[in-house]
Amino acid sequence: MTALSLSNVNKSFGKVHVLKDIDLDVDEGEFVVFVGPSGCGKSTLLRVIAGLEDASTGEIRIGGEVVNLTPPSKRGIAMVFQSYALYPHLNVRGNMTLALKQEGQPKPVIEERVAKASRMLNLEPYLDRYPSELSGGQRQRVAIGRAIVREPKLFLFDEPLSNLDAALRMNTRLEIANLHRSLGASMVYVTHDQTEAMTLADKIVVLRDGRVEQIGSPMELYNNPVNQFVAGFLGSPSMNFFPAGLIEDGDNRTMGVRPEDLFLADDGAIMARVSHVENLGGDTNVVAHMGDHQITARLFGQHSIEAGESLRFGFDPARVYHFDQNGMRAPNFQG
Amino acid sequence: MNQARSNPLNIALMHGALVLYTLIALFPVFVILINSFKDRRSIFREPLALPDSESFSTIGYETVMRQGDFFLYFQNSMIVTVGSLFFILLFGAMAAYALSEYRFRGNMLMGLYLALGIMIPIRIGTVAILEMMVATGLVNTLWALILVYTAQGLPLAVFILGEFMRQVSDDLKNAGRIDGLSEYTIFFRLVLPLVRPAMATVAVFNMIPIWNDLWFPLILAPAEETKTLTLGSQVFIGQFVTDWNAVLSALSMAILPVLVLYAIFSRQLIRGITSGAVK
Ligand SMILES: Nc1ncnc2c1ncn2[C@@H]1O[C@H](COP(=O)(O)OP(=O)(O)OP(=O)(O)O)[C@@H](O)[C@H]1O
Ligand SMILES: [Mg+2]
Repeated sequence: MTALSLSNVNKSFGKVHVLKDIDLDVDEGEFVVFVGPSGCGKSTLLRVIAGLEDASTGEIRIGGEVVNLTPPSKRGIAMVFQSYALYPHLNVRGNMTLALKQEGQPKPVIEERVAKASRMLNLEPYLDRYPSELSGGQRQRVAIGRAIVREPKLFLFDEPLSNLDAALRMNTRLEIANLHRSLGASMVYVTHDQTEAMTLADKIVVLRDGRVEQIGSPMELYNNPVNQFVAGFLGSPSMNFFPAGLIEDGDNRTMGVRPEDLFLADDGAIMARVSHVENLGGDTNVVAHMGDHQITARLFGQHSIEAGESLRFGFDPARVYHFDQNGMRAPNFQG
Repeated sequence: MNQARSNPLNIALMHGALVLYTLIALFPVFVILINSFKDRRSIFREPLALPDSESFSTIGYETVMRQGDFFLYFQNSMIVTVGSLFFILLFGAMAAYALSEYRFRGNMLMGLYLALGIMIPIRIGTVAILEMMVATGLVNTLWALILVYTAQGLPLAVFILGEFMRQVSDDLKNAGRIDGLSEYTIFFRLVLPLVRPAMATVAVFNMIPIWNDLWFPLILAPAEETKTLTLGSQVFIGQFVTDWNAVLSALSMAILPVLVLYAIFSRQLIRGITSGAVK
């Protein structure tokens, strides 16, 4: 059964066409991540799903029912916001119970659900505190707890971790992954952090300018991007692009090689002058220039390479990508 | 900035300027207060002297208490001021919320129309207002004053509150919507508490002109039972003779309630003024 299905959804603000013909299915229990550059419409799409904005055209189904005209509170969803959006005048318990009281749930049910959620998120010591008395990470956990107690059919997350520092982000990311496993609920998650997308997602949706570029599992998108945009967007450092003509005369396509697929080789096809070296301990990122084209190589282990050196890089021909003039994927062999 | 603050010379200059300003601002009030406790002759002979055993007299206060129904005037002023403030804040906040939160046709136009009131003094329409009040039979009622003052205060209130409401986080309101709160609950429970400093600012700005106004009470509600304090005090100011003792005493007493209201709002007000700077 599909937890969420969008067909042909469009959204315009006045003359600005923000979402264009979005088609998407989210299966029961699936974790779907929306990624894309800033301003591409990720948040808008999430708000349309939540019912905070009306879709201009198209159909939205949640759990099989068309919900275009259903108000947000009746859609069986819960949303976690980037800015936490906790109610400042209520303590943690009040924040978590408000929606349930609003639904008219009986008291024992409310108490049981709050107990369960606060156990899951280690919020028990804070139940009587107000949001202003909590740290950022605790606030975000409360916001997640507020979503859990509703036992929604679909969770919506809008960049929930982007206000946290790196260490906390990693912990909370693990917590969300655990949560997804133990609740088995369907989740839609917006981020522009690649690591979050790759590690959390069952399915990634890449958006650009309000259009879906590609949908697939993280490894599908990584190994088999349909176009240059998706290829460049996933992976860090991002894929190197240069005219294939530099390697093979007369080839007018664009060639893409991932930094991790480049290796040092005395007879390598790529000759480049090193401009910068990043030693990360486990890896070494080498930024070099091949003529005007900047390329990045990610070498395993530690290397003593100096800026200004000239190096030759090789690659496995099976692991390069070719794109035509429109940026669409082209077959590796020419013809 | 920290350096400037800790420099003793700067501190002295800063406090000197503030103290000087406070003295200038309080001086008239001080003169009114001391003279209200003197007899008529001393008021004119030495207006700046403190009352001593010879010149001390409460004749002014006695006259005020005897003459006219001072407490009724007092009560009228209070009802009009508090009533007007209540409606200004309630309707001002509601209009500001609608204009800042909802997208609808004519939103901009409506906002401009409301803002226009800031630039056009309501007294220009006095004749029309009087005609309207006569037609509706509201002349010589406190409602006439409350309605006019509400209309007078609304434009600025909508303008100021609208600015503040735009800053209230959208996520918070949306969280409320997802949790099933009604738009009214979101407005009263989530948004209003967050713009309380702005509301206090609006209240203080409106309170003093309403309390001191003479124009509309004189025109719309001059009857004995609806006189406000400012209008009531006018009986002591004659064309030829003015009972200065009584006038000064009435003014001294009229200051009190404004002070009390101000004390209530000021804590919020200070937060309102500094809120942008601190956050
Ligand atoms: N209420 C609105 N009125 C007009 N345009 C809007 C409105 N809300 C969003 N937009 C426009 O829609 C586009 C998509 O916005 P959206 O917030 O969905 O981007 P996003 O992908 O979430 O970006 P980010 O990663 O920065 O959060 C933007 O170009 C934005 O200017
Ligand atoms: Mg966004």
